[in-house]
Amino acid sequence: MSSFLPNHLFTTSGSLVDLLDKRLLVILRDGRKILGFLRSYDQYERIYVKDVYGDIQRGVFVIRGENVVLLGEIDNIKDDEQPLQQLPYDQVLRMQQEEAEARQQKEKVKNQLLHNQGFSVDFLETDLY
Amino acid sequence: MLFYSFFKTLVGQTVTVELKNDLSVVGTLVSVDQFLNIKLDNIKVEHEDQHPHMMSVKNCFIRGSVVRYVHLPPAAIDTALLQDAARRESQQSTATAKA
Repeated sequence: MSSFLPNHLFTTSGSLVDLLDKRLLVILRDGRKILGFLRSYDQYERIYVKDVYGDIQRGVFVIRGENVVLLGEIDNIKDDEQPLQQLPYDQVLRMQQEEAEARQQKEKVKNQLLHNQGFSVDFLETDLY
Repeated sequence: MLFYSFFKTLVGQTVTVELKNDLSVVGTLVSVDQFLNIKLDNIKVEHEDQHPHMMSVKNCFIRGSVVRYVHLPPAAIDTALLQDAARRESQQSTATAKA
């Protein structure tokens, strides 16, 4: 296909150049959020539960493109103004776990009801795409 | 490539991009590429309380494959022209397939 398409159409990598060395938020398909500098050695994973968050140091991350949902550039001014509260990550992980269990419980009840009505319920919460 | 060209004509407009994970982002369309990856500037997220991580993000790059809908301003689109172009493109591709 690339043989008959003009080269100037391939602009993805070009459009990402200006995000290099910037502080980014990367949302992955499994719902994980990675915060760090694009092409740098300073990346970590942050988990959010409602209005608190916790950071897990992750070192260098190499992410395959298909797992990317969104790349967002962090505005430092907006970042300073955000009202979220940081907690130790093990505490947030526990809260996240509890929230996930509560959601699964709710989902189970809903799926059972749908199943009783004859609906197919093969949707998996963890696989969003 | 019709929709790639179409989106290129919408650069500068304010659009809402709804993702498959139910995140809706409103922003100014900055650029589009051939995969329909989208770049938005001055973004605002609908239902920000449910997506607290987006609070400090000012501009973003969205992978084309995760987009569910793009809401467009009706005034910016000539629907008759778009319909015409879509027909012409599909006619062209059937003609090349037969040849």
